[in-house]
Amino acid sequence: MAKSSSQSLLDRFNNSANALGLVFMLPAAAILLVFLTYPLGLGLWLGLTDTKIGRPGVFIGLENYRSLFNDSVFWLSVFNTIGYTAVASVFKFVLGLILALLLNQNIALKSFMRAIILLPWIVPTTLSAIAFWWMYDSQFSIISWVLVKAGLIDHYIDFLGDRWNARISVVVANIWRGIPFVAISLLAGLQTISPSLYEAATIDGATPWQRFRFITYPLLTPIIAIVMTFSVLFTFTDFQLIYVITRGGPVNATHLMATLSFQRAIPGGQLAEGAAIAMAMVPFLIAAILISFFGLQRRAWQQGSKD
Amino acid sequence: MSKKPVVQSVEEKVYSEGGMDFLLTRQRKFVTVYLPLAVFTFILLFPFYWMTITTFKSNDDIYNYEKNSPFWVFNPTLHNIKKLLFETSYPDWLWNTFLVSVVATAISLFASVLAAYAIERLRFKGSRWIGLSIYGAYLVPPSILFIPLATMVYKLGLFDSRWALILTYPTFLIPFCTWLLMGYFKSIPFELEECALIDGATRVQILWKIVLPLAVPGLISAGIFAFTLSWNEFIYALTFISSSENKTVPVGVLTELVDGDVYHWGSLMAGALFGSLPVALLYSFFVEYYVAGMTGAVKE
Repeated sequence: MAKSSSQSLLDRFNNSANALGLVFMLPAAAILLVFLTYPLGLGLWLGLTDTKIGRPGVFIGLENYRSLFNDSVFWLSVFNTIGYTAVASVFKFVLGLILALLLNQNIALKSFMRAIILLPWIVPTTLSAIAFWWMYDSQFSIISWVLVKAGLIDHYIDFLGDRWNARISVVVANIWRGIPFVAISLLAGLQTISPSLYEAATIDGATPWQRFRFITYPLLTPIIAIVMTFSVLFTFTDFQLIYVITRGGPVNATHLMATLSFQRAIPGGQLAEGAAIAMAMVPFLIAAILISFFGLQRRAWQQGSKD
Repeated sequence: MSKKPVVQSVEEKVYSEGGMDFLLTRQRKFVTVYLPLAVFTFILLFPFYWMTITTFKSNDDIYNYEKNSPFWVFNPTLHNIKKLLFETSYPDWLWNTFLVSVVATAISLFASVLAAYAIERLRFKGSRWIGLSIYGAYLVPPSILFIPLATMVYKLGLFDSRWALILTYPTFLIPFCTWLLMGYFKSIPFELEECALIDGATRVQILWKIVLPLAVPGLISAGIFAFTLSWNEFIYALTFISSSENKTVPVGVLTELVDGDVYHWGSLMAGALFGSLPVALLYSFFVEYYVAGMTGAVKE
């Protein structure tokens, strides 16, 4: 009796989607709640306290945000972050799209090309950033050496010592790292476009630009929206490239919000202030996620599905 | 060849080329396709080339471009690699990175398979919302979590231990893997599961014996991606680890190989090269899975 009732209980459990779903969700939910949701709330709380390393803080309201509001370095980091994200994303999109269109042609060694082009994205960013750091060296930069040899400049470029040179240098490194992701994702989108559309357009006398503008671009829009949301999101919260190449210097000229947050919180010991800077990134991230959401909606609408 | 009508072979040609570019002449194609492609490839690969040849150069050649052309190694030396392997904790860093990546990946895959199956197939109450919140979790960047996580890691007594990384890496691995696997599970026909249910299989048996074997490509994609993401992680490893022997490769190379203002570029490049090789090798074996994983995650 007891055995059969426990069996049927087990059976019922096995066939109940809700109970089984709960158990199956447990490991992932536990890890994410403890190490993702809770820290998010804790970060918000820390930003409202005066916690320092080694000293638990007390609630001080919006004091951190008020002092950040009057902090010129913080505002510099905000503008740097927006500029860095905007410039890098535009170049990543344009160059990535061009590369995707090139790879979509009938070329020799297509899959091999696709494979090696993804390398900058696979290799640890920190390590490729160290290679850029070396190429930007003030005395031994290979870029300067080639330009001097070619007679284009007469003295070595001070890549990382000058404010604007440093900004351009880190943006270039970021674009270099981001192109493969954009290109390969857009290539996957391009490959879903039926060739018959291009044939029909060509027979009707469309120019290559018209074929791009009226076939490729509209059909690619949904995937562009998603890819660029990811790209913007990860560029906006970038930390590694800046930390390796400039550490925010010279004189804070390349500090992003993420690197400033680290700088203040960990070496500086001002955990609360760092947390407040990190939290100040959240509104921008929400904006990016909303864009992604509406991009997805539009995609569903274009495919004529209700879901 | 001779059996096929001419018209059909033209048609096949159009489809196989995926466009109208057979209308281009050879010279025009060279200028509009191959030349720009070569420029892209050169720029994207040059830093790796530079990293590699610097590794094998003697100090003499690293700092003197006039004697020998800087673009080739004339007196190859293993000096930089020897220094890296025997005078620094580099082998420890490699081992730490490997261990942390493998364990974090295994934990994440286990949790993700169950979660993805539950969301996609069990369709329990609220599974749609859970699916969306997993997507949201993927969009939470480590750079806004590392400060609160650092205080947590410290309170839990995990500071400066591998466990700090093993437990925090799943926060970005699980959302990614779950999202990827949901896409794969979606492509497995419901009928297979229904047949098994009629034959008396339990849900666990169905997952283990029917769904997982069919989702092997997805598991490989998720696994190698998770491994790569863990291997490349930087900000958590930089914040949570302080002693040299517990560091991971990206952090160790940056913080330990630079002493003061003296940059030993030879060993720095050797460290960067050998830290990149494992993921580059893994990548070269599984290119198709990487591409599928990346584009799958974007498309879903």
